[in-house]
Amino acid sequence: MTVETKLPYDQDYIRSFSSNRNEPEWMQELRIQALELAEGLEMPKPDKTSIKRWNFNDFKHDVSAETLGSLKDLPSDIQVFLDMENLNENLIIQRNQSVAYRSLSSNLEDQGVILSDIETALKEHSELVQRYFMKDAVQIDEHKLTALHTALMNGGLFVYVPKNVQVEEPLQAIFWQEDPEAATFNHVIVVAEANSSLTYVENYISNNQEQNAVANIVTEVIAHDNANINFGSVDNFSKGTTVYVNRRGVAYRDAKIEWNLGQMNDGNTVSENVTHLIGDNSYSYAKTVSVGRGNQTQNFTAKIVNYGKQSEGLILQHGVMKEAASAIFNGIGKIEHGASKSNAEQESRVLMLSKDARGDANPILLIDEDDVTAGHAASVGRVDPIQLYYLMSRGISRQEAERLIIHGFLAPVVREIPIKAVRDQLTEVIERKVY
Amino acid sequence: MASSTLEIKDLHVEIEGQEILKGVNLTIKGGEFHAVMGPNGTGKSTLASAIMGHPKYEVTKGQILLDGEDVLEMEVDERAQAGLFLAMQYPSEISGVTTSDFLRSSINAHREEGDEIPLMKFIKEMDAAMDYLEMDKNMAQRYLNEGFSGGEKKRNEILQLMMIQPAIAILDEIDSGLDIDALKVVSKGINKMRSEEFGCLIITHYQRLLDYITPDHVHIMMQGRVVKSGGPELAERLEAEGYEWIKQELGIEDETVGQNA
Repeated sequence: MTVETKLPYDQDYIRSFSSNRNEPEWMQELRIQALELAEGLEMPKPDKTSIKRWNFNDFKHDVSAETLGSLKDLPSDIQVFLDMENLNENLIIQRNQSVAYRSLSSNLEDQGVILSDIETALKEHSELVQRYFMKDAVQIDEHKLTALHTALMNGGLFVYVPKNVQVEEPLQAIFWQEDPEAATFNHVIVVAEANSSLTYVENYISNNQEQNAVANIVTEVIAHDNANINFGSVDNFSKGTTVYVNRRGVAYRDAKIEWNLGQMNDGNTVSENVTHLIGDNSYSYAKTVSVGRGNQTQNFTAKIVNYGKQSEGLILQHGVMKEAASAIFNGIGKIEHGASKSNAEQESRVLMLSKDARGDANPILLIDEDDVTAGHAASVGRVDPIQLYYLMSRGISRQEAERLIIHGFLAPVVREIPIKAVRDQLTEVIERKVY
Repeated sequence: MASSTLEIKDLHVEIEGQEILKGVNLTIKGGEFHAVMGPNGTGKSTLASAIMGHPKYEVTKGQILLDGEDVLEMEVDERAQAGLFLAMQYPSEISGVTTSDFLRSSINAHREEGDEIPLMKFIKEMDAAMDYLEMDKNMAQRYLNEGFSGGEKKRNEILQLMMIQPAIAILDEIDSGLDIDALKVVSKGINKMRSEEFGCLIITHYQRLLDYITPDHVHIMMQGRVVKSGGPELAERLEAEGYEWIKQELGIEDETVGQNA
C-alpha cells in the first residue's frame, strides 16, 4: 500500500500561516479540516501511471518575494511572456507566493470585474470566494492531494466577471516560481456570471533543474448560464518540480468553456482536466498539447461529462514523446442518462520521436443514454514517411520537414492562445523541447 | 540558369519485391516537353516516384543522371535542390502547416542561408501566381492540402511549380480528377513555365491534357518499358484509335505490369 507519509506541516503551522495572511475564519477552519482529512485519504491513482515514488513532500511552503517596481525589473525570460510594447493592462504576476505586479484596467474595474490574487480576494471578497472555493468543481476529500491543496494553498487567483459584462481583452496571469524549492499550491477560480464572457491566459514558469519542488494546483472554472470562457495556459515547470494540476470546469445552460492547454512541464506531471456540462446546450472543447522529453513520466486526463440535453463535449489531445519520456493520454467522454441529443468526441494522438519513448492514447466513451452521438479516434506512431517525402520533394531538409510536421501537430492549441507573446513563447518552448 | 538534362538509363524499379519498371530509357532536356502515356498499370507513376525518391520504390538497376550527377545517390531534398520537381498525383495533407509557410520554406530551401526571400516579395509573387491559377487567396492560409478538393490540390501543385521554378518538372497525372475549366487553368500554368531552361515530363493516360499542352515528344509505356516514342502526332493517333493498335503492332496481350502498379 502507499507509504505513510508524515506531513512536514501541522495544525499549528497552518493556523499561524493563515493568521499571518489575515484570512477569514472560514478559510482557516477549512484548512484545518482539510489537513485532518489529508491524513486519512489515499493518493490519487492515475490510470496506468504509478506515482508512489514521486516527490510530493520535499518543498518549501512559505516563500515570499519582493514586489516589482516596474515590469522592466523582470528577468528577460519572464518578460518574453509579456507584450512589452503594447502592454496588456489586465495582468497579474505572482513571484513565488507573493503578488509582484497587479494591474486591471479602470474600465473593467468600474464594471465590477475582479482580477485579484487569492490572498487579497479572501480578504476583500470573502463571501464570493467562499461560494466557489472547493465547492461546485473540485471537492476537498477527493484524495490526499486535493485535501493537502486546501490545507496548504499558498497562492493563486480569483477572477470574476459580473452578469452581462463582456471582457474583450485577455486577462493574463504569470506564476513565476523563482525560488527553486518553493511550492506552488495555487488555487485559481474563474467565474463568469450569466451572459458574460472572458478570455484568461496563465503561465507557470520555474527554473529548478536540480532542486526539488512540488506544484499542487487546483483551478475551478465556472461558466453560468450563457457565459463564455476561453481558458488558455502554458505550463512550463522545470525538471525538479513534481506537478499535480487539476483544472476543472462547470458549464451551466448555454454556457461554453474552451480549454487550450500547452502542457510543457519537464518534470513528472499528473494533469486532470475535467469539465461538467451541467446545463442544457452547454459546450466544451478541451484541447491539450504536450511534449515529453528526458525521463519524465506524465499522465494526462481530459474528461468531459455530459449531463445537460444537447450538450457537446469535444476533446483533442496531441502529444510528442522523445528520448525516454513516457505519457498516458486518457480522453474520456461520459454521457449521463437523460443527456439526450448530446455529443461526445475525442481525438488522442501521440507522435513518437525515439524508440525509448512511450506513449499511450486511450480514448474512452461511457454512455448511459440512447439518443446521442459520439466518436473517438486514437493513434500512436512515428512521423509519417510519406508526409516527409512530400515536404522533402520541395527541397526542405529532413530535419526541417520533421519540424514543420511537429509544429503542425501541436498547432491546434498554439494557434488558439490569444496573447501573441504567450503564443510565441509556447512555440519557442516546443522548439526548445523538440530540438 | 543554363538548361539541364535528365537522363534515365535502363531503369529497373521494384516495389515490395515486385519489379515494375523493366528498363526505362528517356532523356529530357531543358526546353523540351515530353509526354509519357499509356494505360493504367503500365508503370508510369512508378517512373515519376522513382525519379523523386519515394521511400517505397527501390531502384535495382540503371541510372538517373541530372546534368551528369547521380540522382540515385541524392536524398529527396537534394534532388529537389538540384532542380527536380514532382507534381504528385496524391499530395500529402499536412495539418497545422499553412500552404503559405510551406511554400516559403520550399523557396528558401532552394536559396542560400542568409539569402531568404523577403516576405513582401514572397507575398507578391504568391499572390500573382494564385491569381494566374484563379485560386482563392484564402487557400494560402489554409493547412497544406487539408480538406482541399481534388482540383484545389492539383492547382496547389502547379502553384508550387510556378513558385519554385525547377529545371526539370515531372507532372504525375496532373489532369486526373479535373473538370474542363480546372484543366484549362492548370495547363495555362504549365505552359507559362515554357522556356529554354525548363524541361517537363508529363505523365497522363488521357490525351485530353495534350489538347492544351503540346508535347515535343510522346512516349508510350507498357509492361514497364517505353515501347514507342514519337512526336505530337503519336498522341493524336492515340486519341483517334486508342492503344489497341500499338499492342497489336508489338504483339502485347496484357500491357500491365505487376499488380496495382
